[in-house]
Amino acid sequence: MMTLKVNGREHQVDAETDTPLLYVLRDDLKLNAAKFGCGLGQCGSCTVIVDGKAVLSCVTPMVLLEGKQVTTLEGLGTIAEPAPIQRAFMEEQAAQCGYCIPGMMMRAQALLQRNSKPTDEQIRAELEPHLCRCGTHMRILRAVHRAARLMDTAEASPAANRSAR
Amino acid sequence: MRASARIIAGIVAIVLISAAVAAFAIAWRPAIAAIDPPGPQSFDDALVKRGRDLAAIGNCSDCHTRRGAKNFAGGLPVPTPFGTIFSTNITPEPETGIGRWSEAAFRRAMRSGVNREGQHLYPTFPYDHFTNVSDEDDRALYAFLMTRQPVRAAARDNQLSFPFNQRLAIAGWKLLFLRHDTYQPDPKQSAEWNRGAYLVEGLAHCGACHTPRNALGAERVSAQFAGGDVDDWHAYAINDQSRSPVPWTADALFAYLREGWHPDHGTARGPMAKVVSNLSSVPASDVRAIAAYMAGVSGASTSDRTGPSEAALTRARTASQANAVGASIYTAACASCHEGGRPLPYGGVDLRLSTAISSPDPRNLINIVLSGIEAVEGERSPIMPGFAASMNDEQASALLNYLRARFSDQPAWTGVEKSIQDARRTQTVFLQTSPAPRNAPADPQQREKP
Ligand code: FES
Ligand code: FES
Repeated sequence: MMTLKVNGREHQVDAETDTPLLYVLRDDLKLNAAKFGCGLGQCGSCTVIVDGKAVLSCVTPMVLLEGKQVTTLEGLGTIAEPAPIQRAFMEEQAAQCGYCIPGMMMRAQALLQRNSKPTDEQIRAELEPHLCRCGTHMRILRAVHRAARLMDTAEASPAANRSAR
Repeated sequence: MRASARIIAGIVAIVLISAAVAAFAIAWRPAIAAIDPPGPQSFDDALVKRGRDLAAIGNCSDCHTRRGAKNFAGGLPVPTPFGTIFSTNITPEPETGIGRWSEAAFRRAMRSGVNREGQHLYPTFPYDHFTNVSDEDDRALYAFLMTRQPVRAAARDNQLSFPFNQRLAIAGWKLLFLRHDTYQPDPKQSAEWNRGAYLVEGLAHCGACHTPRNALGAERVSAQFAGGDVDDWHAYAINDQSRSPVPWTADALFAYLREGWHPDHGTARGPMAKVVSNLSSVPASDVRAIAAYMAGVSGASTSDRTGPSEAALTRARTASQANAVGASIYTAACASCHEGGRPLPYGGVDLRLSTAISSPDPRNLINIVLSGIEAVEGERSPIMPGFAASMNDEQASALLNYLRARFSDQPAWTGVEKSIQDARRTQTVFLQTSPAPRNAPADPQQREKP
């Protein structure tokens, strides 16, 4: 039994130390936002935030998560109350099939938390490890810029701007 | 003042003055007259093309280009034990570049490390190798550089401490370490071998990284190719002290230098990535020649390629017992690719074959584990995720120690955690300043394979 902190809640999970975080999120906690794309750390669709940093959950074993805070897309906002990054992706219609989008959003969120006004070039460099089969890259770029603006104006309303640790 | 003291003071003064005069006589180099920048059309196309290939073999763009900046415009900080030296602008811009350099001035810089104005250049510019470059090749290189896009970019001031900030000191260095003789072919060897030797010892300046340096920063001739340092990477020993688990052959070397990877040895990373990226674009015969010559230099190592021997299996078991954290990280983070059985470059190399893990210096493995292997734009190249964000220093060091214990028969590294801290610091700087490899690994057929 291990304790895993996800989206602010503690869970007791029955997992081996070498089980990838992605499996625990999806299979045990039924948090299905993070996707299994390749399982090899090569596509980015499984990205979550751990202690403020974007991490590929398919190649992150449980042993590395002791005492750490995991945030998944579910932890950022809800359908009724989407976080700025989620609103921005919807408003820009950035998803085609949507498979890559949770991973993209999580890494973009981590970027925006450390750099509230990234340039085009910085966003491209940051999202470089992520693949999108549908080719929505230009919209994703626009969505990240929009999210940056939304977060800027949402500063005053805390509910709309939960930040991931 | 007593008479004897006066005499001593006098002698000291005379010695100092004559030393200064002698030093000046040795150190002084005249300026070579500035010329009006020659127009690009004044150079022969075929010569420019040859110069282009030679510049790729010399890896010139690597030091003379800053990440994200214009080609050959210089400004890259090169860390040395004596301080930071900034590379210079070698575009034909008249004021800040080499636009007013005649071919004679260019050749003098290559041969003896003196700029057009007559100042001594620091040996970070590897003229101790370029003395071997023929006049003909210097002419082609000159033609190539003088036909590049001129970029206005003034050289940045070097950050060196006394006495290394005195250019006169370089004259002394040259007196001690610079040999002016040029490359002499060995008639007992084949033409290919000689071509390789000419390139390796000269323009390609392999020893600049792969040969260890002495306290004054000169290559130790007695330890040629025994492994050296470059940025925060270890340049492996490529002589008979190579730790590669499988001996290098000329064919393997050729493929590695050309494609950037080889199934028995893994992937060229760090500063070597740019070298192979450049070599993928030059005539194959030159890369073959380099491989033929270097295969002779490296000789055969003692280890042999075998399947998982009893010893290796025992090692794997004891390593897992001794280091459960390292073993867990390995299983989730590494094994899926490195034990996946997919061939390179898409699968990970069998870690028993990894030189990084068998090397006496852990830095290359640390750099790769932390930063991963970036995909080359527009190419199907090897990639690996970096783990800097998911592991702290202690966890990364558990992984490193596990890999060493399990996949090599070498003694444990010491000070791994400290090296990890250093790497985290320097990698950030390095990634900001150095250009990313741009060229495709050659041979598209190879790349089409799954
Ligand atoms: S599923 Fe993790 S990177 Fe592809
Ligand atoms: S939207 Fe389909 S993979 Fe990106």
